[in-house]
Amino acid sequence: MTESTDVTSGQPAVSTGRLSLYLKKIASLFFTVSLTLLGLLLVTFLIGRVMPIDPVLAVVGKRASNEVYEAARLSMGLDKPLYHQFFVYITQVFQGDFGKSLLTSNPVIDDIARVFPATLELATVATLIGVLVGVPMGVYAAASQGSWFDQFVRVFGLFGYSMPVFWIGLIGLLIFYGMLGWVGGPGRLDIFYEDMIPTITGMILIDSLIAGDMTIFWNAVSHIILPSLILGYYSLAYISRMTRSFMLEELASEYVITARVKGMSEQAVLWRHAFRNVLIPLITVIALSYATLLEGSVLTETIFAWPGLGQYITTSLLSADMNAVLGGTVVVGILFVGLNLLSDFLYKIVDPRARQS
Amino acid sequence: MTQSSTRSLTRWLRTDEPASRLQARCIQVYNGWQDLRSNKLAMIGLIIILGLVVTALFAPFLAPQDPYAQDLSRRLLAPGQDGFLLGSDELGRDILSRIIHGAGTTLYIVLLVTLTAPVAGLIVGTVSGYLGGWTDAALMRITDIFLAFPKLILALAFVAALGAGIENAVLAIALTSWPPYARLARAETLTVRNMDYIAAIRLQGAGPIRIIVGHIWPLCVSSLIVRVTLDMAGIILTAAGLGFLGLGAQPPMAEWGAMISSGRKYILDYWWVATMPGLAIFIVSLGFNLLGDGLRDVLDPKKAQS
Repeated sequence: MTESTDVTSGQPAVSTGRLSLYLKKIASLFFTVSLTLLGLLLVTFLIGRVMPIDPVLAVVGKRASNEVYEAARLSMGLDKPLYHQFFVYITQVFQGDFGKSLLTSNPVIDDIARVFPATLELATVATLIGVLVGVPMGVYAAASQGSWFDQFVRVFGLFGYSMPVFWIGLIGLLIFYGMLGWVGGPGRLDIFYEDMIPTITGMILIDSLIAGDMTIFWNAVSHIILPSLILGYYSLAYISRMTRSFMLEELASEYVITARVKGMSEQAVLWRHAFRNVLIPLITVIALSYATLLEGSVLTETIFAWPGLGQYITTSLLSADMNAVLGGTVVVGILFVGLNLLSDFLYKIVDPRARQS
Repeated sequence: MTQSSTRSLTRWLRTDEPASRLQARCIQVYNGWQDLRSNKLAMIGLIIILGLVVTALFAPFLAPQDPYAQDLSRRLLAPGQDGFLLGSDELGRDILSRIIHGAGTTLYIVLLVTLTAPVAGLIVGTVSGYLGGWTDAALMRITDIFLAFPKLILALAFVAALGAGIENAVLAIALTSWPPYARLARAETLTVRNMDYIAAIRLQGAGPIRIIVGHIWPLCVSSLIVRVTLDMAGIILTAAGLGFLGLGAQPPMAEWGAMISSGRKYILDYWWVATMPGLAIFIVSLGFNLLGDGLRDVLDPKKAQS
């Protein structure tokens, strides 16, 4: 649309036209994202309001007199209309204030900052496994479509989709920890290693390397290997399947035929030609699976007593600590939106076609 | 006689010139079935699911023992011991019988979710796609908001708000799983809304409701069915996860996720208590995945051409 006016009006108009286009795009993006976030907050707010748990009782206790109860209710602003309460809630959230956790009596945001690195560490290692194994599997499955390897990848993926993560976690613990003793048990470290190194990033694998303590590093590895392999299996199932179908599409296109006719080696055709084009949609897939892992680890964290965000939310939930639950939900939701946005941006950087349109 | 009548039926199904709309439809279904039948993995899936349905329907006759009968003197017995084919749990109940009765619970959850979420998504998606404009923008924003939530955590929060229980777990799963269906139905609607046949019906005076229900829905259904079949395994796993966390079916009800949860304490010494119900979940969701995979190959028009 702007292309024809640009040509006639010369160089300066091009840049201002582009600039305003970019600004428009950013503005609309900003609008969409803030609307989504607002909706997210509205939903959590409403969940918190329809809870059968009385927030006032949770603060003053069951034996409080009517006056104390009423005073607490007023001070919490619960006598105001709902939209007013919602406005107050949004203002607090934007200041990073999710209220206090009843369970730990810390501000929820501090709790989340403390537990989040554990989740991040687990999800990152799992995604690395999923990408490093899943992508080559998908590429070679597509390259030998219909072969036994292709069938194997397909069934292997379907198995991954079908296993309850908490069950396979238990079985894994039973076999590799209980029977064989190859890996560390639940938790992030053996108990006597805990709190021996200073917390810098909160991710033990990195912190122990910074402290230069290899014993703790290997102990942490032995603990993270099983849960990350299990989570990695899930992302592997998804990533290999998507890689395969993307690759099949590319391998059927004409430039691949040309490359083969030129006499290029199969490896070069696969990786240098076809795979480069697959990389683009693959980024979205990987971002999505990473985002899902940050969430999907709720059950894995429960099984492996992994002190992360998922476990924090579930234990809070089971003890009716709603501030913590809603705070955690909002944080995960924001992460979700953020990762989606990031993959959109990466997409545009990698693919010149997406930049133009 | 029966042989000749089957043969004429086959001929009726294989003709190149269908005489009626019904016949054309039957031929289509028959051809799809032939395709599906040649896919071994999909047939395995179908058999597993039929097995689940039969088990659920006839659970009281199939179960060797009462799934709720406790016998503390015979607790945690290994598989095969004392007439417990798959062993007994921490209260001395027969695990096999509980798994058989749990099939009904699983099927109930899956059916309820698949009857609600895709229908809600179909309505939202087609209305949004057909009407366009502000309705579309508003409905799609709402869909995006629900998509932005991580599913399991949103379901957890809903169950926490509504109270633990199997109906609330179903409601929570349905509330979190309709958005993808809405997206899908909207995309399908956008491809057909400007076609000539829709314009023709509109010129005959059909209103938007009639057009959406009678002429757009039928075209969205096949892709939705594939998606639902593929999602059923996910629904089963989510429901089991909620049960495992103690937020789904409540004891003493036989539910596979809750059974794993109670067997968790004994995993190192009495592995079968948690392993057996997990195997059941695995087999059933594998069945749904295999069938969904096969159905996608059959119903996907893009693949059918190539």
